[in-house]
Amino acid sequence: MKKEINFTLNGNPVKIEVMPNEKLLDVLRDRLGVKSPKHGCGRGECGACSVLLNGKSIRSCITLAIEVDGQEITTLEGLEKNGMTDLQKSFLQHNSFQCGFCAPGMTITATELLNKNPHPDEEEVREAIAGNLCRCTGYQNIIDAILDVSKKE
Amino acid sequence: MNNFDYAKPSTIPEAISLYKKYGEKAKLLLGGTDLVVMLDDGVIQPDIVIDLKGIDELKKLKFDGEFLHIGARVTFNELIDSEVVKEKFPILWEASRTIASTGVRNRATLVGNICSAVPSADSAPALLVCNAIVVIATDSGDKEVPITEFFMGPRRTILKPGEIVKEVKIRASNKKFGGSYIKLGRYDGEDLAQVGVATTVNEDKEYSIAFCAVAPKPVRAKEAEEFLKGKDLTDEVLEEAAKLAVKAISPISDIRASKEYRLYVSGVLVKRSLKTSLARMNGNGPKYGERLV
Ligand code: FES
Ligand code: FES
Repeated sequence: MKKEINFTLNGNPVKIEVMPNEKLLDVLRDRLGVKSPKHGCGRGECGACSVLLNGKSIRSCITLAIEVDGQEITTLEGLEKNGMTDLQKSFLQHNSFQCGFCAPGMTITATELLNKNPHPDEEEVREAIAGNLCRCTGYQNIIDAILDVSKKE
Repeated sequence: MNNFDYAKPSTIPEAISLYKKYGEKAKLLLGGTDLVVMLDDGVIQPDIVIDLKGIDELKKLKFDGEFLHIGARVTFNELIDSEVVKEKFPILWEASRTIASTGVRNRATLVGNICSAVPSADSAPALLVCNAIVVIATDSGDKEVPITEFFMGPRRTILKPGEIVKEVKIRASNKKFGGSYIKLGRYDGEDLAQVGVATTVNEDKEYSIAFCAVAPKPVRAKEAEEFLKGKDLTDEVLEEAAKLAVKAISPISDIRASKEYRLYVSGVLVKRSLKTSLARMNGNGPKYGERLV
């Protein structure tokens, strides 16, 4: 049975009817046109679908849309509302990504890390992104980019 | 995913009566990091999913001077961020940090972890060596069950429909102690343990040892504990303890490791964990959370 949910998506109120078995990732991508969260593994293991729920990163592929009723969701689209963030600029400068499939999730996770801990060391960065798989790069340029912004601030 | 109804009760009695009404056809939802995957795979096809995240009292994370109370909604990241957990229950803190990745730990709860009851549940060895108590709400009042009696087998616990784990509580030790949890996996981030070992040591030379991922359910190694009682950890004693400890396990071969490897390495890790726990008690061990493998 469909239920109406209300939540905040990137600062804007959203009202939508969902089935209890619809996943947040699918609702975001297919029904609301928010395409930055990616469908990688679909089982919580790769981090490509990461979004922020009330400021904390979660995996939208293992979250039911109905669970975010009344909550606040932020995707990459929301983070870059006012242009690229320093973190994104740093990723660009370091050539951190190749295909880019992991980039939105990586950016969400690194953003959460820097909000919580503005000056992480390399081990902390590695730990934070341990659940974000990248199949192209070997991670070093991603880590360097995150460490770089953490030094600037 | 099959179609199901969704309910988000705001009190425990409400949740229990819904759960009783639907019985086996109901599933409880906390972080969903395990449940939603199983729903998606179709291994479970409930008529209703009861989301417990509407119940405020389950958010409790509190140390009352004697017990640490971990409510069903408390996530692993909340445990990791808690000063009192880090300070007074460092083994649990250390074990929590080995679980999946931060995006999962923001959702996954300790109570959910034990209720899923997978053999590799990372929080289980730490809870076993701490003699944690599971507080279960039923329609005839709360009951308390030691964690050692909670697990029945892979994905099986003593819980019956209508029974809801509302918290796990752990008594703080008033003795000088040290502990450690070692998780051996193929890589950091998401992997399940090949072997998980937790041990504790205290100033009275009492020891405890528990495993995950090497038996149908997380287990204590009682025989080894009895043997160790009152002894110093000399090389010979450690050797014998490791031998006795692996008698408590019965690992299988799977994609992560062979049975033989698990048996062998479990002994190695028991020794390492005991030594680490002792060194920590004496103030000269690696910091909690530091890499031990
Ligand atoms: S798609 Fe969600 S974690 Fe991989
Ligand atoms: S850049 Fe391709 S997966 Fe990371």
